[in-house]
Amino acid sequence: MADKFIIDLAERVREHAARKAPLRIRGGGTKDFYGAPPAGEPLDVAGYAGIVAYEPRELVLVVKAGTRLAEVEAALAAEGQMLAFEPPRFGEAATIGGTVACNLSGPRRPYAGAARDFILGARIVSGKGEDLSFGGRVIKNVAGYDVSRLMAGALGTLGVLTELSFKVLPRPPAEATLAFEMTEAQMIEAVNRWAGQPLPLSATAWEAGVLRVRLSGAASAVAAARTKLGGADVADGAAYWEGLREHRLPFFAGDRPLWRLSVAQTAAPIAAGNPQLIEWGGGLRWVSGDLGTSPAREAAAAAKGHATLFRGGDRAAGVFHPLAPALAKIHRRLKGAFDPAGILNPGRMDNF
Amino acid sequence: MNAVAHPDRRADVLAALASVRPALAVVAEPERLAAFETDAYIQHRATPLAVALPDSEDQVRQIARALERLGVALVSRGAGTGLSGGAIPDPDGVLLVCTRMRRVLAVDAIARLATVEPGVANARVTEAAAPAGLYFAPDPSSQVVSSIGGNIAENAGGVHCLKYGLTVHNVVGLRVIDGEGDLLELGGEALDSPGYDLLAVLCGSEGNLGVITGATLRLLPRPEATETMLAAFGTVKAGAEAVGAIIGAGVIPAAIEMMDRVVIDACERYMALGLPKAEALLLVEVDGGAEETAETLAKVRGILASCGATEVRVAKNDEERANLWKSRKGAFAALATVMPDYYTMDGTIPRRALPEVLESIYALGREYGMVIGNVFHAGDGNMHPCIFYDSAKAGELERSEELGGRILELCIDHGGTITGEHGVGLEKLKAMCLQFREGEIAAFHDVKRAFDPAGILNPGKAVPTLKRCAEWGGLHVRGGRIPRPDIPRF
Repeated sequence: MADKFIIDLAERVREHAARKAPLRIRGGGTKDFYGAPPAGEPLDVAGYAGIVAYEPRELVLVVKAGTRLAEVEAALAAEGQMLAFEPPRFGEAATIGGTVACNLSGPRRPYAGAARDFILGARIVSGKGEDLSFGGRVIKNVAGYDVSRLMAGALGTLGVLTELSFKVLPRPPAEATLAFEMTEAQMIEAVNRWAGQPLPLSATAWEAGVLRVRLSGAASAVAAARTKLGGADVADGAAYWEGLREHRLPFFAGDRPLWRLSVAQTAAPIAAGNPQLIEWGGGLRWVSGDLGTSPAREAAAAAKGHATLFRGGDRAAGVFHPLAPALAKIHRRLKGAFDPAGILNPGRMDNF
Repeated sequence: MNAVAHPDRRADVLAALASVRPALAVVAEPERLAAFETDAYIQHRATPLAVALPDSEDQVRQIARALERLGVALVSRGAGTGLSGGAIPDPDGVLLVCTRMRRVLAVDAIARLATVEPGVANARVTEAAAPAGLYFAPDPSSQVVSSIGGNIAENAGGVHCLKYGLTVHNVVGLRVIDGEGDLLELGGEALDSPGYDLLAVLCGSEGNLGVITGATLRLLPRPEATETMLAAFGTVKAGAEAVGAIIGAGVIPAAIEMMDRVVIDACERYMALGLPKAEALLLVEVDGGAEETAETLAKVRGILASCGATEVRVAKNDEERANLWKSRKGAFAALATVMPDYYTMDGTIPRRALPEVLESIYALGREYGMVIGNVFHAGDGNMHPCIFYDSAKAGELERSEELGGRILELCIDHGGTITGEHGVGLEKLKAMCLQFREGEIAAFHDVKRAFDPAGILNPGKAVPTLKRCAEWGGLHVRGGRIPRPDIPRF
């Protein structure tokens, strides 16, 4: 039942596996900066594009992995729906497959969920050249291990994504952005306290002493929360969140190394002294500057999280936070099972 | 299965369990072992060599290491409420029961997290979080007794999944002892982790990849307002169409449950609730901000009316809400008044196919001359057809199972799945061969080997062997044409 693209793709993977010749999986090429440097012969998957099935009433979208994210979002927007994890694109050519491979999620993540939370099914070509389908097109499904979610964030090292299905949600009818002057410590306390109350929070971001909070939902719920929280109205709120999502805010400009510290939302201020932007209700702390790999990892670990050298910097010591030995053992075995010749994006996830 | 193990084997296992420090509670007397023979999939039972009741993660680690050395099966179990046989013992193995590990270790109101041991009952988490205005969203119907460890192992659902997600969406951290006795610390307080998403794979892995020894759970703030309504419909089809219309209007209800005439009548007989006379009842709950919820209620009422609801009752207070829920929550108990026995299925289908699949299920019931009642999570297409039979009559159980197999095929044919929330366990091994191809089944075994190379964890459950699928008539061969297999339970 597989169409020609998948048959050819599987054949090419098998041929490379036989020669142990690495393949570099490539969608729109917008995330070459992310992870360890890509290596191998390019395997272009952007050609496998298009929406397979979308029925708004089902809240389910099935899409070929090479489909541009912009196209997916436009199709959903036409029906008043969205990918609730608000994925960044980092370029017009970004594909839905690349987004899932990187498990990239935007400002709405702490309140709605990450890319992995919305995945219902994944069709892949494994490193052995097998066309495999996991999960499905329904919201509740516990048949077989959840290999679909395993693909989210695996950076293509376990399989080439060919088709994906997602749970989608209605767009909120109303949004508003409020601003508050706060110190970092005040902000961490406030955003966590608010998250414990029934408020329609959908994003937070703090930089240079200003906290911005986005509210999304029914007009009445947004209005009530606005009254309750106070703060100043931000007129161009939507533009700010779009700038944050796409890393186009002035904070992200320049070519200083960008560290991504994903930590406990309640963790006390870290890395003060370097420019930072804190989103995800305190859980995601972007730090700009030469932190040094070891100090960055130590600081993140002390805050119950992990450090990623997101852009630039000295990548010799690895990009991602090293895994505990017991977890590395499982990773090695999974990689060995799904890609025994080690040809899919080798080394993109540091050791995998 | 052979319930008598080699005597030396039994002695080795008991010696291994006796070597655990601090000393472990072990049950090995045959008369006491009987209590652990089955879970809620009572059609099947087996007696383990011994039952171990650890108090700590370190004891679990020692048990796993010792059993891996001996090559002896380790089946883990919480409260034993699973419906697919995932916690039924291995007759040549040890049953590890987590119910003594039942402490809520911490509730962090600011971080909105609860840290618990695996044996804690689901409802206990919400009790512990309630003073902070928080709750744990997953609410399987067994929640008063079912354990968090079991909920995670099954990726349990409940009635509020459409809006609040499954267990996998509400667990942020796990402590797991793998098949080699190594501790895996997965996830944590940060919103993501480096490497592969092993936490997601553990959720719903049915005790095949590790023994869950601890969990950090996400707590949510209680919504400001909740409205619950019960709508009556003259046909099942009209009720099913109303479900699509509500969601199509951009409303994500906290719950949409449906029950058909068989179930309504049973509830009325059992509880005398004064339910409306109808072919189908839809229970709809919406929540959110106070004004928002009032608006949504009005919107949903309008949709229900335009879809032909003959009556809509809205709960005016918590007591009335509890009453409306009584029919749904007590439905499975009420169904025992229809016939002595029933067999509950768990297939999930795309919601649009509900009217057609329901019609086909009734047709199958007529073909087999058996009564089928439907009570289910309509919002996410997760059906629970209940097939009634009398186990005292020869062949009735087998016929109900055959009919169940046909229903699962129907679900697969409509783009659905054989199990939405109850798991595969022993019960749906055969149906797995219909839903997946050889490559996927082999990949599942690869995943298992990564966590449990010796294959000691819950062997023979959740994923069928390729050999078994071949014996059952091959993969992707429709069950109705498969000759009756001669394995236990089927």
